[in-house]
Amino acid sequence: MPATIASPPLTARPLRCRSCGTERAAAPTAICEECLGPLEPVYEPGRPLPDRETIAGRAPSLWRYKEWLPFDGDPVWSLDTGFTPLVDAPALARRFGVARVWVKNDTVSHPSLSFKDRVVAAAINAAAAFGLDTIGCASTGNLANAVAAHAARAGLKAWIFIPDELEAGKVIGTSVYGARLVRVRGTYDDVNRLCAQVADRFGWGFANVNLRSYYGEGSKTVAYEIAEQLGWRLPTAVVAPMAGGSLLSKLGKGFGEFLEAKLVHGRSPRLYGAQAAGCAPIVRLVERGADAIAPEVPQTICRSLAIGNPADGVFAARAMRETGGWAAAVSDSELVAGIRFLAQDTGVFAETAGGVTAAGALALARAGRFDAQDEVVLCITGHGLKTVEAVHGAVPEAPVIAPRLREVTTLVEEERTWPSR
Amino acid sequence: MAITLNLPSVLAAHTGGARTIEATGRTLGEAVADVAARYPALAPRLRDKEGKPYPFVNFYLNDEDVRFRGGFAAPVQDGDEVTVIPAIAGG
Repeated sequence: MPATIASPPLTARPLRCRSCGTERAAAPTAICEECLGPLEPVYEPGRPLPDRETIAGRAPSLWRYKEWLPFDGDPVWSLDTGFTPLVDAPALARRFGVARVWVKNDTVSHPSLSFKDRVVAAAINAAAAFGLDTIGCASTGNLANAVAAHAARAGLKAWIFIPDELEAGKVIGTSVYGARLVRVRGTYDDVNRLCAQVADRFGWGFANVNLRSYYGEGSKTVAYEIAEQLGWRLPTAVVAPMAGGSLLSKLGKGFGEFLEAKLVHGRSPRLYGAQAAGCAPIVRLVERGADAIAPEVPQTICRSLAIGNPADGVFAARAMRETGGWAAAVSDSELVAGIRFLAQDTGVFAETAGGVTAAGALALARAGRFDAQDEVVLCITGHGLKTVEAVHGAVPEAPVIAPRLREVTTLVEEERTWPSR
Repeated sequence: MAITLNLPSVLAAHTGGARTIEATGRTLGEAVADVAARYPALAPRLRDKEGKPYPFVNFYLNDEDVRFRGGFAAPVQDGDEVTVIPAIAGG
């Protein structure tokens, strides 16, 4: 039995199966006992919803949208996560041949520099609601960083499982918080299978296993923020990276909920997903027009998206098809180029998943998926300092000089004669 | 061929609480058919109506996803361990 903490001041919403519709009371479980389909929180349909002015007057965090998050009562932890900048990117608009581009800049997400702070803010409050004192996850890195950071602030124990070959920033950026970090020989899919068994055995709150129904709802706040930051309107297209596929699916849900609440008008943006070609089961699902994932063994430097058996792949593909979007896979060299042009065009340094998103958007533009009137948002989900290995060797080496003016003069003269970089 | 089938707790409700079941067959599909015949309540959570793997579970043969081994056609040997894991997890 899990240990408990003091009686929590908030409660989690009840759950309903997305596949068979069976309802159940709130619980740290993500699977329908009847059909094993995914459970989702049920919201009270007639609940009072805030208007634009009320939302705009609230604190700048993802909890300003609390009526669409799966709790009753006030959240107790991670109150300052969310509301990251939406950055105008005219150079990217020129590059893609569209009217406008914005970067939804979750590289500066608080506290762990990736969009996983959003889902963990939801998961850790679910852990509070259920009185769990230990939280965990299976992770390709960003979620590990987020669970470790949020657990440290909340004073919870954390057990975090990652593939053994992750970037140094992802490993150190987890263990520094005092989490119990375990490196598993194998791929993320091996880690994920193990964590399903661990959660079943030990009763801990695994963010993306048994707390997954609550955790996933945090992703919707990306959509809400985009709508509000554009002045309560929707872009025509959104491009996001895909690992398990949950973000794509929840973007669609989030935009749909704001349309339903009449906070915005028009039609949902076309949703586009990007993966690395070395692990692109969802892209291939979209291209095949099929209804079941064919799992892959990942072979890419983009470890944060290296999920060969994505749990939400089918739902992500459906979100892309239903909104008129599409999917793109890019090579490792294209994703490195994507990291560089994103940094040079916008000042945003993204990790490998951001390179996939930027390069994927360029591939979609070249394939004629956008038109000149399009207003496109790129979801850039993690900071580049987490995966410096990816660009090491791809960026110019800095010269080392003596502290003498004439050496700088030489460099400046050389610069004048160099072709543009 | 005798193999061991490990079940998650959500499925043990259909086996009277047993989480480990012995099964026989030359392939995974035959072993699953053997279990399905003995535990009719569990059967629809292992196979769909067409006899294919139920979409909300994944089967692992000695820790390897059986979709890389031919699915239910994967041959099994004495002592093999098959683990059933709910498909909705992770990411």
